[in-house]
Amino acid sequence: MNIIAKLALAAGLTTALSAGALAQDLSGKVIGFSQIGSESGWRAAETAVTRQEAEERGVDLKFADAQQKQENQIKAIRGFIAQGVDAILVAPVVATGWDDVLAEAKEAEIPVVLLDRGVDAPEDLYLTSVASDQVEEGRVAGQWLVDEVGSEDCNVVELQGTVGSTPAINRKQGFEEAIASASNITISQSQTGDFTRAKGKEVMEAFLKSSNNGADICAVYAHNDDMAVGAIQAIKDAGLKPGSDIKVVSIDAVPDIFSAIAAGEANATVELTPNMAGPAFDALAAYWADGTEPEKFIITESKLYTAEDDPQGEYERRKDLGY
Amino acid sequence: MMRRALSRLANPQLLALAGVLLINWILFPNFFRITWQDGRLFGSLIDVLNRGAPVAILAIGMAGVIATKGVDLSVGAIMAVAGAVAATLVVAGYPAPVAVLAALAVGLLCGLWNGFLVAVLDIQPIIATLVLMVAGRGIAQLITEGFIITFNDPVLVFIGTGSFLGFPMAAVIALVLMVLVTLLVRRTAIGLFIEAVGVNRAAASLAGIRSRMLLFLVYGLSGLCAAVAGIIVAGDIRGADANNAGLWLELDAILAVVIGGTSLLGGRFSVPLAVVGALIIQAMNTGILVSGFPPEFNLIVKAALILLVLIIQSPLATRIVPVRVAAPEARK
Repeated sequence: MNIIAKLALAAGLTTALSAGALAQDLSGKVIGFSQIGSESGWRAAETAVTRQEAEERGVDLKFADAQQKQENQIKAIRGFIAQGVDAILVAPVVATGWDDVLAEAKEAEIPVVLLDRGVDAPEDLYLTSVASDQVEEGRVAGQWLVDEVGSEDCNVVELQGTVGSTPAINRKQGFEEAIASASNITISQSQTGDFTRAKGKEVMEAFLKSSNNGADICAVYAHNDDMAVGAIQAIKDAGLKPGSDIKVVSIDAVPDIFSAIAAGEANATVELTPNMAGPAFDALAAYWADGTEPEKFIITESKLYTAEDDPQGEYERRKDLGY
Repeated sequence: MMRRALSRLANPQLLALAGVLLINWILFPNFFRITWQDGRLFGSLIDVLNRGAPVAILAIGMAGVIATKGVDLSVGAIMAVAGAVAATLVVAGYPAPVAVLAALAVGLLCGLWNGFLVAVLDIQPIIATLVLMVAGRGIAQLITEGFIITFNDPVLVFIGTGSFLGFPMAAVIALVLMVLVTLLVRRTAIGLFIEAVGVNRAAASLAGIRSRMLLFLVYGLSGLCAAVAGIIVAGDIRGADANNAGLWLELDAILAVVIGGTSLLGGRFSVPLAVVGALIIQAMNTGILVSGFPPEFNLIVKAALILLVLIIQSPLATRIVPVRVAAPEARK
């Protein structure tokens, strides 16, 4: 056997092993999934990825769309209990009012996993919860900027999410923590862009005017990619080059920001992974295999993507997920 | 003649606009600086015109509706539908003129539907248009399947971000619409008829006015204006965002009309002053953005300023300061 064949075999084995470690076979298991609805592109992607992950593991996924209503979610969960599913995934629309229905699931000995949001209920009523750490997302974005500018002075303008919303508060806090130690980086202006492209563009236009037509701005930090996409257009309209004249960093990792990164118009994005179901299935697999109790709070990775991470490829991979 | 022109300028709306611009200038000294860049005018004042245009266009349609003692809550949703229609058609490969015409037709159709509910079924306008306000956004989401449909069609992008003689296209469109609609209602008897329907529909009908036709006209026009605004907003961000396009803009449009001195009780209206009202609102928004207040203050500052504008226009204020109140009267 020549060396190349050996290498190929080894590589094949590794892939098989790692695939095995990543996705345990759960064929025959019936799992109910009560989704909030499809209010955002990210939500649609989460649904799509959950279906993919289930298919890879041979799970029979029962999907219920609650159309933003808790009563529909409670109905769906009761329905799953009546059908005798093996486990239930819930992306809870609100934090309160789950005690009764979770207790019913526990009584029926059906493990429940919460996805991407927590609930105000006793912890023993659910197996675990899988969510991202929004403060960490802001921190990763801030750390990227600290590393990027080095010792140069840098005025950052911030496009906040909707005033008072949890992601806006947390992503702001995380970013501020990360740049706290770098005295050369200051947030010169901060306004809300309501998480939308149109408002992101409008606010950025105003920032550019009040910062010497953009000459005093070194970077934009947007709490989500949509606002960053709007800001990029505003920067271009002002005759500047987004990505080089003004750096752009944002959070979420939706497909459109990857095409902007590929075009050199955005610099970095932090992923809010839509794959909450993967870790949930893994926790369930371990639980069923030998009764391992997973941690109560599984935190997904806040991964940083820049121009070096094949943005065009990431765009292709994500564009059909429903973002 | 000169005195009349002067006293026209002294109406509360223009005073309020001047006041807001003055405050902006104090907060941000470069507010009035306008430069020429890449073949277009560039500056905060131009932003006010550009960003205020969608609400101004909505207000042009809304003024007629409110003059009939009605209200059109569905304009924001119609914007979303029109944007979604235009975007999906150009993405599907249809030429831009077809997409624009289709979007306008859909807007007109939505408006006529409102007119049908109000004029024929006699449903109260606030409820009748609430139906489409809720359903319209759902329709837009169905059309876009929940995605933000992005496009690069040069015609649509030009409508949203282009410029004409240096002025933003959106503002030019708003100006043209304002002139056309003003001529339509003030150079013909239509404006008077609309006001007559607003004062007393039954009496107007007895006097021989075809009030049903007029209601179809004002709601149809409102829908059409909303579609124009929807196309502009979509072109501006090169994408149709069914969830957010036009969200809550119906309230800004109603506010613009009211600031413009049109009575919610119907019977009198002014299209140009409604546009001034929209500019007042946008001047406030832009002022807040360039002034550097923390965003938590946005809504409070805006509300306080609006209250001030309304107090300036109130009967009490005019008793104390006897400025001629430009009750936008029917032309003699």
